[in-house]
Amino acid sequence: MKQSYLTALILIAVIAVIAVGSQMLGIRLYDRIATNLLISLVLVVGLQTFMGNSGLLSFAHIGFMGLGAYTSAVLTIPAQMKGMALPDLYEFMKVVEISPMLAMLAAGVVAALVAAVVAYPLMRLSDAAAVITSFALLVVLYTVMNNWSALTNGPRTLFGLPKTTEMPIAAIVAAIVVVVALAFKESRTGKLLRASREDEVAAAALGANIPHLRWRAFILAAFIAGIGGALWGHFITSFAPKAFYLKETFLIITMLVIGGANTVTGAVAGTVLITVAYEGLRGTEAALNAGSSGSGQVIGLTEIVLALAMIAVMIVRPGGLFPNREIGHILTRSRRKKEKTA
Amino acid sequence: MAFAIQFLIDVLSLGGAYALMALGLVIIYGILRLVNFAYGELIMVAGYTMFLTSGSGLPWLLMAVLAVAMAVVFGILTDYVAFRPVRAKSVTAVLITSFAFSNLLQNAALLFISPRPRNVPLPDIFSQTVSIGGAITPVRNLITIAASIVLLAAVAFLMRKTTLGIAMRAAATNFTMARMLGVPANLIISSAFALSGFLAGVVGLLWIGRIGTVVPGVGLEPLLVAFIATVIGGMRSLPGAVVGGFLLALIDTTLNYTLSQDLLKFRDAFTFSLVILILLWRPEGLIKGPASGQRT
Repeated sequence: MKQSYLTALILIAVIAVIAVGSQMLGIRLYDRIATNLLISLVLVVGLQTFMGNSGLLSFAHIGFMGLGAYTSAVLTIPAQMKGMALPDLYEFMKVVEISPMLAMLAAGVVAALVAAVVAYPLMRLSDAAAVITSFALLVVLYTVMNNWSALTNGPRTLFGLPKTTEMPIAAIVAAIVVVVALAFKESRTGKLLRASREDEVAAAALGANIPHLRWRAFILAAFIAGIGGALWGHFITSFAPKAFYLKETFLIITMLVIGGANTVTGAVAGTVLITVAYEGLRGTEAALNAGSSGSGQVIGLTEIVLALAMIAVMIVRPGGLFPNREIGHILTRSRRKKEKTA
Repeated sequence: MAFAIQFLIDVLSLGGAYALMALGLVIIYGILRLVNFAYGELIMVAGYTMFLTSGSGLPWLLMAVLAVAMAVVFGILTDYVAFRPVRAKSVTAVLITSFAFSNLLQNAALLFISPRPRNVPLPDIFSQTVSIGGAITPVRNLITIAASIVLLAAVAFLMRKTTLGIAMRAAATNFTMARMLGVPANLIISSAFALSGFLAGVVGLLWIGRIGTVVPGVGLEPLLVAFIATVIGGMRSLPGAVVGGFLLALIDTTLNYTLSQDLLKFRDAFTFSLVILILLWRPEGLIKGPASGQRT
């Protein structure tokens, strides 16, 4: 337990360093990248609560982020702008306008409710079937967002969200989410779920109701994804459904997997590492495009490099950078070892 | 009457294509218990091969053979890049490597060819229509039905009567036992990938024949169809995949005919809800596969 406190402390310190450091540099671009990083952190740690503890890959996470972003948008776009931003919105919702903080909570709740309803049958499936239906779920959520014009403005860009996500808010939410993920991991549900990850039959024999445990974790992950979506929506202020699809899914899965899906430390490390690599590669791509004017655009290079990196990590270190121990655990162990040898 | 025939042809042609897609996925899953996320990209590869050879002046049939051959090559390549190095490690690792490989191929197409749709050469027969009992049907639907019957029969024959097929089924039932009895594991797995690539290549031709163009994301829909069909069918059983494919086609076609224009946009959501209902009733899928053996 003490190790978990240490882990939480170190991870929150990392978040604080990122937040304060980017502010101190005073370059707007860095501020943007750091805020983006912290929002990704919320999403990746959210995915970790499900994937890390249950051992099942979930592709639907970004879909729940989308639900959160749209929920918050509908609730917060100022009433006088709604006529323009969402012309087909239902009459009774046109007057609704609540504070972004409240809307963020609502976004999490909506995502969690939807997850609770859809995921119940899915969690009863065998591992592989559960994974591929989560992929189908992502497509369905995307289809709904893309076509429910009344609430989402269809495939067109939705604009007019108040810009309320500033660096400190993103940092605070990220810190809370890290603590929640660590607490969940050590909770009864989390421990039983991790037991089922290691050995399904043995865990079931000990009385673990595996589908139910997975269901709980899935709802928590969706809740966090919804919050992350709202956070992102109020940061970017205009978006279209295609922001919540395969490309983003690939990115957050890369972050989690390269860092190590089984640990919260891994989720944080992966997010930082991949964000830096991503921004670097994006910059290179932009430079290449600017250099070779006219001779065709360079697109997809970033994804190719990330995909290769992901395959390489899986081959060399299938558990990621932090495969099974949190940072606090690693530190206390190494100290104990030193004391023994001394 | 005309309507009934129309409906039947629609279901059979769509179902035939769906069944082939699902079969290609299940052949891998049955043996390895591993899902190949890069399966849709094999269809993309077939499509782009058609596009790239379209300027060469080759007869269409030769280009089609070439396209299927490329799908087979990439199928085997999937095994070597995404599966073999991590096969023994964990299920999640393979899911991730195959997902990464799928992204790799898509973005390579984006980078080296174009994000915009490219035309694929098609013989005239693909755009002609015929009238059967008063129902006007595109000939390509009939070609799809014929191709799927021939291929399903061929796969059934391969699986039941040939040494390779029996070895594959043995490996699917109990991999360790099959190995002990002298079935060469890597060869069987690579042949399964080749067969999967072959099916994807043929389906690719039929599928892209409907659309007429190829884009980097063209494989997504077939992949999804294969996923859902195999989950309904029971993941491990080859007949299950075929049944799942036809059932999915029946659901899709019925929704196409019955939903209003406004609701049709949500068709995928409706289909998926129905699938969830089926799974509530039978979480194991409709047809149970062979008794579970050890994953390799």
